Amino acid sequence: MSEPVLAVDNLNAGYEAGAPIVRGVSLTLMPGEIVALLGPNGAGKSTLIKAIAGLVPKFGGTVEFEGDDITGTQAHELARRGLGFVPQTENVFAWMTVADNLRLAADVLPRAEQAGQIESVYALFPDLARQRELAAGQLSGGQRQMLAVARALIARPRLLMLDEASAGLSPLLVRQVFAKLKEIRASGITILLVEQNVRAALSFADRALILVEGIVAHEGPAAEIARDPAIARLYLGGKAA
Amino acid sequence: MNLQFLADGVIMGALIALGAVGVTLTYSILRFANFAHGEFIAWGTYMTLAIVAAFGVFTGPAHPIGALSFGWQVIAAGVIAALLTGLFALALDYLLFSRLRNRGNAIVMVMASFGASMALRSLLEFFFTSRPQYFSRDIQMALPMGLGIRLTPDQIFLLVMTAVIVIATERFITLSPAGRAMRAVSENPVLARVAGVDVGRVIRAASMLGGALACAAGVMLGLTVQIRPFMGFDLLLPLFAAAILGGIGSVPGAVLGGLIVGISESLGVQIVGADYRAAIAFLILIAVLLLKPAGIFGRRE
Repeated sequence: MSEPVLAVDNLNAGYEAGAPIVRGVSLTLMPGEIVALLGPNGAGKSTLIKAIAGLVPKFGGTVEFEGDDITGTQAHELARRGLGFVPQTENVFAWMTVADNLRLAADVLPRAEQAGQIESVYALFPDLARQRELAAGQLSGGQRQMLAVARALIARPRLLMLDEASAGLSPLLVRQVFAKLKEIRASGITILLVEQNVRAALSFADRALILVEGIVAHEGPAAEIARDPAIARLYLGGKAA
Repeated sequence: MNLQFLADGVIMGALIALGAVGVTLTYSILRFANFAHGEFIAWGTYMTLAIVAAFGVFTGPAHPIGALSFGWQVIAAGVIAALLTGLFALALDYLLFSRLRNRGNAIVMVMASFGASMALRSLLEFFFTSRPQYFSRDIQMALPMGLGIRLTPDQIFLLVMTAVIVIATERFITLSPAGRAMRAVSENPVLARVAGVDVGRVIRAASMLGGALACAAGVMLGLTVQIRPFMGFDLLLPLFAAAILGGIGSVPGAVLGGLIVGISESLGVQIVGADYRAAIAFLILIAVLLLKPAGIFGRRE
């Protein structure tokens, strides 16, 4: 069996050492796996992936990325090492053009590869390619979300973490975002996503973890969780069924 | 009233613009109003003066370039001093601001910069006394430019140099990877980190650039007016007025803001007298903060 892409062991994280929001969470992602983090509001889902991305302090436990300990590694270093993160809000530079948003992300790559990588990401997002010189703040909500994902893909991440990529989007746009994510998963990238949109997430993911009050309350194959009415009722507000 | 006031306003405006470009960049990236910026202006100018004196020991008296009042020594010294002022700003950031930054309180930073400003100014007075000094004591003939406007060769040099420095800075911010990283950090530091930008490095680069630009503004001011320990501090209010009027983070905004403040001061002097010059930048600052706090090219906040 191959090495996990991400191995989180007994992680405590949050904003104050005395009151961690994420408490003793362990999770493992194998290459190519899609895992959804579900759970009620305030369960610590966002805090968990922000902690993995190096944006929220960790108070205990370890995080390994491709076998390397990254528990204390800074966020910008993780981005350069292949751990991509799409924040939930303010996830594009609204005052920069679409092209500059992508160029900024490409600056972590060797110079000779930058232009080619930007073009290959444009090929995946033709809508963005048509609006290169537009300020990102002028894009529609759905396109902005696409740009946020495109920006994260520029650095060729092996792990992509998405914090509520579909939040605030209409059902049509939610379908479009997930359709795009399906295209991306075809490239073999490992994905960890936090989602409020339980049904869409479970139909997309291989596996799901349900976080309640900072603790993993349930874990299993996505299809199984989607079928289990008790889990939906207990943790997910009945939305899964 | 002839149009000379307009030329005087543009000269002063260009000086303010040059300083305001440094203020707007460092303010948007360091995220606090650095009162010590005025001292970078004065220290940069005195360093230039000291280096010119050092050159004089080896090369003898300076010969002016063409119609200008000063020789190559001032230009070479200015370039060296700009680098040193950048390092000086970096050292102040390392010794003082970086230790306070993680507390996340802008007021603490502003107060610390105020203290640093007073200490640095006092040191200048200690070393150089408060007596005004000059790069050159030559009297220059102002040349007629038409429309009743007269400019000295030094003033023309100032306008050209300011334009070159400002355009170079704007191109650097717009086109270079380092400039892109600076714009990213000024807009959203968290997202910048996620995108792989080393925010600490960007802060250091912005500090250095701000210091170098402050030195350039100081040397221009020293060439056209005089060199005093208070020269930077006295310019601070017009600089902040110009940067805020233009919109924090915008280089073109700082230039436009600088010209507006400079011309308003010059016009104000014509109307209400020179005693009230300092009040004009203050009035502009208050008006912008009340009416359009984001400034002309400003973003949110």
